[in-house]
Amino acid sequence: MQYMLLIHMDESVMATATAQPGYEMSSPYAAYGEALVKAGAMVSGDRLKPSSSATVVRVRGDKTEVLDGPFADTKEQLGGFYIIEAPDLDAAIQWAARCPGAQLGTIEVRPIWQMQ
Amino acid sequence: MAGDDEDARAAAETAARRSYGRLVAYLSARTRDVAGAEDALADAFAAALESWPRSGVPANPEAWLLSVARRRAIDTVRRRITSVNATDHLKLLAEERADDSSDGAVPDERLRLMFACAHPALDAGVHAPMILQTVLGFDAAAIASAFLVSPATMSQRLVRAKSRIKQAGIPFRIPEPSELAARLDGVLSAIYAAYAEGWVDAAGSDSRRRNLAGEAIWLGRLVTSLLPDEAEAPGLLSLMLFAEARRPARRDADGDYVPLGEQDMERWDHALIGEAEALLRRASSFGETGRFQLEAAVQSAHCARRYTGRTDWPAIRRLYDALSTLSASPVVAINRAVAVSNCDGPAAGLSELARIAGDPRLASYQPYWAALADLEGRCGNFEAARAAFDRAIGLETDQAVRAFLARRRAAMIH
Repeated sequence: MQYMLLIHMDESVMATATAQPGYEMSSPYAAYGEALVKAGAMVSGDRLKPSSSATVVRVRGDKTEVLDGPFADTKEQLGGFYIIEAPDLDAAIQWAARCPGAQLGTIEVRPIWQMQ
Repeated sequence: MAGDDEDARAAAETAARRSYGRLVAYLSARTRDVAGAEDALADAFAAALESWPRSGVPANPEAWLLSVARRRAIDTVRRRITSVNATDHLKLLAEERADDSSDGAVPDERLRLMFACAHPALDAGVHAPMILQTVLGFDAAAIASAFLVSPATMSQRLVRAKSRIKQAGIPFRIPEPSELAARLDGVLSAIYAAYAEGWVDAAGSDSRRRNLAGEAIWLGRLVTSLLPDEAEAPGLLSLMLFAEARRPARRDADGDYVPLGEQDMERWDHALIGEAEALLRRASSFGETGRFQLEAAVQSAHCARRYTGRTDWPAIRRLYDALSTLSASPVVAINRAVAVSNCDGPAAGLSELARIAGDPRLASYQPYWAALADLEGRCGNFEAARAAFDRAIGLETDQAVRAFLARRRAAMIH
């Protein structure tokens, strides 16, 4: 099965953490990505720019509405994602627990709808 | 012919009871499609009732039911071939068939099914109902009446849980040794929850609930036999058997409630107590203590009164000390406070209770108010005792226990 790991983070916590002297954002993620690749579990993954850069679009009738800001005004925002290949939920949970984002935020594990 | 019809029905029902869980487990272990397996089996049982009176009961009813159920499952998947994963699903069904043993025996995957039903990704409240339905074949209405929710609500919860197992890819697997203990606790807790629902009905007048206690014990025996090296499985079975052994003594001849310390020991089931003691010894031989073994040991200490004529409260207190290091449960804290009061007097028990008084879960928990009432009364704080008795009586749903609390209140407060 394929699962998406959605990394939800409090962006202010993230900003504080990355501002610490010597903080190297990329190294734990680089190691994690490497582990995923080595296990043959990596499909794709990326970090997203902060939610302040988000735009929300919806079409109602023939009117296209464009709004700035993220869709939901919650404390934790989607900050990045991985798509992984895993035999079952337990394996996906193990990968989610190893994700560096799990230390500071929350990882949502969602199975991907597979089309034939 | 009516007689054959009866035989066929009886044979189908016997097969259903004996092999339902085994068939559901085997049919869903690979596909993770519990609802599909149940539907296919329901069709197979209906087909059996139709065909067995004419053709006779087959030599291996279980294998017959399996092959019919599997044919139905394949038909159903083929009909929705356009939907997702149909090809994968058919491939899994073919693999399952290739794995069949030559002697026609259905492999026992019930333990794997139970681990899926008690998976942490499913709401804890649905673990016991899922196990009762899939392993024992209880219908949603029977489970709903035992857990005091409406049949529609229970059936919706069960449907949602089964869909989640399939959609989220919850595995049918015995967990790795590193996580086995934690995950087994989920399975054992679900079985104990089923037992506790059955235990509520002391008089045994509600046949559905009494049945539930018996079925939970059956599941405890099953897990103990399937996981012979895990100490907590016989620990739980021992705990349930100790409780079951005292069931007849919980009411006197007039149907009045009798507290544990005043029970007529002649009315305990001594054979069951013997079995419970043996299981507890076996569990402790593994050298891994756990909450079910400790709770069983508390029961064992209470039952030792039949030899010594008195309850060994210091031993019970030590067991609750150990239990309270394993869990921050207010239930353990209350029982510990009672044990302390029986060792060091009611004032010492009261100060133990005071440590948990702020827990919001206690507001509607009858045993807390009953224990508080008793200790306040024994300390001579009659106003506080009266208020606590009133609260406990107001919270209790069992008429016999309410009457007992009212008698205690009258005897203590003049």
